[in-house]
Amino acid sequence: MAEAIFEVFRGDREGGQAATYRVPIAPGMVVLDALHHIQAHQAPDLAVRWNCKAGKCGSCSAEVNGRPRLTCKTRMDALPLDKPITVQPMKAFRVIKDLVTDVSWNYRVNKTIPPFEPRPGTDWKIYQHDVDRVQEFRKCIECFLCQNVCHVLREHEEMEHFGGPRFFVRVAALEMHPLDSKSRTRMLKEELGIGLCNITKCCTEVCPEEIHITDNAIIPLKERVVDEFYDPVLMLVRKIRGTK
Amino acid sequence: MTTEYETHDHDVLIIGAGGAGLRAALGALERGAKVGVVCKSLLGKAHTVMAEGGIAAAMANVDSADDWRTHFRDTMRGGKLLNNWRMAQIHAQEAPERVRELEQWGALFDRTPDGQILQRAFGGHTFRRLCHVGDRTGLEMIRTLQDRGVQLGIDVYMECTISRLLKDGDRVAGALGYWREQGRFVIFRAKSIVMATGGIGKAWKITSNSWEYTGDGMALAYDAGAELMDMEFVQFHPTGMVWPPGVQGILVTEAVRGEGGVLRNKLGQRFMEQYDPKKMELSTRDVVARAIYTEVREGRGTEHGGAYLDISQKPPDYVKKKLPSMYHQFKELADVDITKGPMEVGPTCHYMMGGIRVNAETAESSLAGLFAAGEAAAGLHGANRLGGNSLSDLLVFGRRAGLAAAEHAENLSSTAIDSGQIEEGAREMLAPFERKGGESPYAIHVDLQETMQNLVGIFRNREDLIRALEELEKLKERGRGLSVEGSRLFNPGWHLAQDLKAMLTVSEAVTRSALAREESRGAHSRIDHPGLDANWGTKNNVIVRQGSAMTLRPSAVPELPGDLKQLVEEDK
Repeated sequence: MAEAIFEVFRGDREGGQAATYRVPIAPGMVVLDALHHIQAHQAPDLAVRWNCKAGKCGSCSAEVNGRPRLTCKTRMDALPLDKPITVQPMKAFRVIKDLVTDVSWNYRVNKTIPPFEPRPGTDWKIYQHDVDRVQEFRKCIECFLCQNVCHVLREHEEMEHFGGPRFFVRVAALEMHPLDSKSRTRMLKEELGIGLCNITKCCTEVCPEEIHITDNAIIPLKERVVDEFYDPVLMLVRKIRGTK
Repeated sequence: MTTEYETHDHDVLIIGAGGAGLRAALGALERGAKVGVVCKSLLGKAHTVMAEGGIAAAMANVDSADDWRTHFRDTMRGGKLLNNWRMAQIHAQEAPERVRELEQWGALFDRTPDGQILQRAFGGHTFRRLCHVGDRTGLEMIRTLQDRGVQLGIDVYMECTISRLLKDGDRVAGALGYWREQGRFVIFRAKSIVMATGGIGKAWKITSNSWEYTGDGMALAYDAGAELMDMEFVQFHPTGMVWPPGVQGILVTEAVRGEGGVLRNKLGQRFMEQYDPKKMELSTRDVVARAIYTEVREGRGTEHGGAYLDISQKPPDYVKKKLPSMYHQFKELADVDITKGPMEVGPTCHYMMGGIRVNAETAESSLAGLFAAGEAAAGLHGANRLGGNSLSDLLVFGRRAGLAAAEHAENLSSTAIDSGQIEEGAREMLAPFERKGGESPYAIHVDLQETMQNLVGIFRNREDLIRALEELEKLKERGRGLSVEGSRLFNPGWHLAQDLKAMLTVSEAVTRSALAREESRGAHSRIDHPGLDANWGTKNNVIVRQGSAMTLRPSAVPELPGDLKQLVEEDK
């Protein structure tokens, strides 16, 4: 039976290195299948997160041959097998053990975003053409791959001043909800630091749900921030009135 | 040695953070309780996220003739009248309000042309009833509930597994668990506990369920002395993927059939004509699963041992819009374009109708202070669940369990937990590290899955079930000798060793109940007892622990009041 060679990161906060495993290949196999095979036969304590194994829960994110992927959707027959397949944890987040990283920061950011606030007295009539674009954002499975590749987080580690693409998508879903009455523009500018994004589209490229993060969420939100805070006419009015 | 652990105090502790757990948390919060939610995975990854087709609620947005009575009747008939009628009534009456509530919290369902929530057809439902968002309804639901819960201030303990319930005399007083990340122990003190731990599918080889679905809640409740009910009723969803091997069992939503998908065997015959000519593909799940299984067994299966499910007669854009995740799932995992050709599908272990026996109004179990909702609880679905009735179940009974648990907590002074229970629990958890040279939990798990798949599957008989009980005894013995390698730091082998105990308990309960019920009803099919037995039609099997022995006794199904009886029997 054909075999694949895997080099999987084994380690924890203190450090670690790649360990080599040989795994038999079955038709249609994905990288997560190989990781399960390693757990069952070679390394029962290999730490991996996963749940649905069908691309719906966003738990099994890792970097396969250097590319951020859901391992449950990464087919082995799409990878070159003449050299070892490397599997590493997401780089933007601190390793807990092996392929499991500390993603708790994302949950803390999420908590700060003001929730949906319906317009008072609405009759709850909502039309499909008004929700198509919001439904795109709500497809997000929180795999955090977009956070992982965003250079503001990955290279510059601006976790304190920047929310990251996942939360721009979440804010976009709220802001563009046809019945929402709250404004989160100031938050986008200040706490979530949307100005730090220079639209390199890395997030869009890795999104397993194919959400057009940059074009449909981030750019329109940036425009809202510009309209509200950098409109020259409004700035002049504010200056004359002495308001902020 | 004294065990080191941290302690958290709550009025209401909820175990499980899927739809039922989160809705229970919101219910308890509404009553002013201090609420904690414990979950084995990260928040938002629970099984609810994988629910695809929709939430059943008689809103009558599409078919104006629909009402709670029809939903009630469909649910009772689908469950072969073994349901707790009062739960089925409450469920049908309250589901529409629970759906509207989700919308008010920000959920965005697909819409009708006049701006209402769109509803689709599903098996066993008389009218188009399932409120949905494409084929990712569960994701919409869990995000909505989780965001609301977090905003309102529930404490969520992620990646934490509960291994034992702690008691104060005859009532529940807390729970002992461990952090999956560091392996350290944690105690939750609580006046009420809600089990919202979902099902047990991981005890079978071919399943749509994730690693989390190991029957923890049912086993914890059973160990603590609560009653389980209807454990023989395990739903095999008719349509799981069958090829390639790695994706075997992954769910193919019933919405494919709801949107017009057709089933055929390898000869091109639309075989549902033989099994249910009236409802065809939209017959109930038990019927369709047995039909596919029978076609395959009699040699009319597809290349990889399934049936063809075809939606390619619909326009490609329609398929991609209504079934986007199915489109991607088959394209990426099976190299099949479902807009152009058929899928190959076969039955997969999907859902547990049985579970913790609860009071219909309050969701309280037979153990004081312990509540249960969703898949972990029994009663609503009887012998077979209709598609779409699970998400509505989570909302309706999650809320009720949360409210009742909070009310229960209000009336209680604080509870006391003696340290003996904690020490014993901790010792048991650490034992696999101390034993050297024992078997790996993975090997035992694989054999358990083979046993349940082969001997306690879709079709059962006495001989197989007796053999299964013998096999389970051997597996339990092997389980007592297993060893775990490595440290307590995020160690999946150790985690599986804990989950395995629960799987063995629930597997035994399923097998004993299946052996006792000498008839075929809903999801339980006995080859040696085909057909309904009127005598069994009035009985639920109840499982309870006595000492270390599992005992079973039949209990009378609550009798329908006259008007509802008439409703169910009406020829419609």
